[in-house]
Amino acid sequence: MAASVQRNLKIVETETPVDVLGRAKATDLAVRVRGLTRRFGEREVLKDLDLDIAPGEFVALLGASGCGKSTLLRILADLDREMIGEVEVPVRRAVAFQAPRLMPWKNVWRNVVLGLPGRPDRQRALTALEEVGISHRADQWPKVLSGGEAQRTSLARALVREPDLLLLDEPFAALDALTRIKAQDLVGELWQRHGCAILLVTHDVEEAVLLADRVLVMKDGVIAHEEHIAMRRPRDVADPAFARIRGDLLDWLGVRHGKYDND
Amino acid sequence: MRSLQRDPILNIGRIDSVNPRGMTGLPLQTITPASARRGSIPRWVRRFSGPVLLVLIWHVASVSGVLPGEILAGPATVISSAVKLFATGELQEAMWISLRRALSGLAIGGTIGVTLAVVAGLFRLGEDLIDAPMQMLRTVPNVALIPLLIIWFGIGETPKVALIALGTAFPLYLNVYAGIRNVDSTLIEAGRTLGLSRLAMIRHVILPGALPNALVGLRYALGIAWLALVFGEQINATAGIGYLMANAREFFQTDVIVVCLAVYALLGLAVDFMVRTLEKVFLAWRPAFNGT
Repeated sequence: MAASVQRNLKIVETETPVDVLGRAKATDLAVRVRGLTRRFGEREVLKDLDLDIAPGEFVALLGASGCGKSTLLRILADLDREMIGEVEVPVRRAVAFQAPRLMPWKNVWRNVVLGLPGRPDRQRALTALEEVGISHRADQWPKVLSGGEAQRTSLARALVREPDLLLLDEPFAALDALTRIKAQDLVGELWQRHGCAILLVTHDVEEAVLLADRVLVMKDGVIAHEEHIAMRRPRDVADPAFARIRGDLLDWLGVRHGKYDND
Repeated sequence: MRSLQRDPILNIGRIDSVNPRGMTGLPLQTITPASARRGSIPRWVRRFSGPVLLVLIWHVASVSGVLPGEILAGPATVISSAVKLFATGELQEAMWISLRRALSGLAIGGTIGVTLAVVAGLFRLGEDLIDAPMQMLRTVPNVALIPLLIIWFGIGETPKVALIALGTAFPLYLNVYAGIRNVDSTLIEAGRTLGLSRLAMIRHVILPGALPNALVGLRYALGIAWLALVFGEQINATAGIGYLMANAREFFQTDVIVVCLAVYALLGLAVDFMVRTLEKVFLAWRPAFNGT
C-alpha cells in the first residue's frame, strides 16, 4: 500500500490501529464512503450511501441506467464535489472511461505518459503499452486506432500511474462482443499483476460475476445488495454456481432471468 | 454477349440496357473501381484547365476586338507589361512593400487578437471584461475607421498597418476564443483525472484543442488583411502595389492595373499556401476529409 494513501486515511481514521511507526495498518481501506448524498436539483441520486473497498479488492457495481453508479464513480474520481458526506480515496488513483478519451493531438505513447512528472518517458510508455499488447501502435495517432486498441491505450494510461485504486466506468460497453471478452480477460490479468483495488461500474451482470470479488447492486441511490463471489478464477460462465449467482443478481436488478438472459 | 429478350407485351426483341450481359434478367449495375472511373487525366491537370480556359477566352476576346484595350488589356499585353515592370524592378519593390505591410499588420493584429482570446477564453474575469467590447466592436466595419486612423496616425505607413491590424485582430479573437471554449469537456475531465496542473492542462489539452479553430481564424484574418491592404494603399500611398495601381489609373493603363490585381491574387494564394502548410504540420493528427 502506498504511503500516500495512508497519509490520506490517517487524518480521519483515528480509531484504526497503527503500527510502531505510526503508519496505518495494511488492513485499512482503499475507499471509505460514509453518508454520501448527491442531489441533482430535487432528485436525490445518491442517498446516504456507505461503501468500503479493501486494498486490492475487485468490486463491481451493477445497476440500471440512471441509478447513480456513474455519479458515485465521478465523485470517487474527484470530478464532482457537489456532494454531502465523507469520502476517502487513495491519492494515487486512475480512471478509464467508457470512451477512451485520448488526446487526439498526442500520439499513443505520449497519451500514456501525459501528466506524469518529468519529461515524457517513451520507454515507460512502451512498457505499459507492451503490457496491454499494443506497443506496436505507440507512434500512431489515436484517431487511427480501433475501438479496442484505444481502450487498451486508455488502460495503459491508467496503469502507468501505478494506482492504488482503478476506477473503470463501463470501459467495455462500446466494444464489440469479441473485443469485449479479450478486454475483460486483460483487465483480470492486469488486476492480478498490479494488485490495485478496482471499482468497475457496469450494467453487464456476466462481466461483474466474471471479474469481481464482490458485486454490489445499486438501486435508488443506495447499495441494495452485496454478493461475495468466492468462485475460483478463471471463472466459467457455464458453471452452475456462476449461473445461480447471475440469476440472483438479475433478480436484484429487477430483471426476471430466463425471460431476459442478459443485462 | 447480349441477352436478347422477347418482350411479352410488345412481342419484340429488346436489349436490357442496364444489364446487357445478365442472364437471369435481374437489373444489375456494374460498380467500377474508383481508379478506373477517374480516368487517366491527373488531378492537377484538371484543376489547371479551368483557369487556363478562362485566360484563353479572354485572349480570344481581346485579339478579336470584342474586348477593347482601354476597357481591359488582353493577357498578352498584361504579360508583356508585367515583364517590363519586373525588369525595372518596380514590381518586386511594390510587392515587397505591400507584403511587408500585410504581414506586419497581421503580426500586430494577430498578437492582440490571440492574446485577448486566450485571456478571455481561460479566465472568467477576462471573459467578462473583454468579450462584450470585442463582440460590440467587431460589428464596426473597419474600413469606416480610415478617417479616424488618418487623423490619429497621419498618412504614412502607420494608418495602413493599423487598418490591417484592426481587421485581423477580430477574426483571430473570435475563432481562438470559440476554439478554447469548445474544447471537448470530456478531455478536460480526463486531464483532471491524469493530475494535470492548470498550466499543463492549458498546454496539453486546451491550446492544442483550440488550434483547428485558430487556424480557421488565421485564414479569415489573412483574407481580411489583403482586403484592408487594398483599402489602406488607397490612402495617399507613395509605394506598394496600391500606389502602382493608382498611378496606372491616372494614365488609363489597364494592363498595369491587371498586373497589380494578379499580384494581389498571387500574394493571397501564396499566403493561403502557407496556412495550408501550417495545417498539415500542426493538424496531422486530424483525419482529414479530402473529398472525392
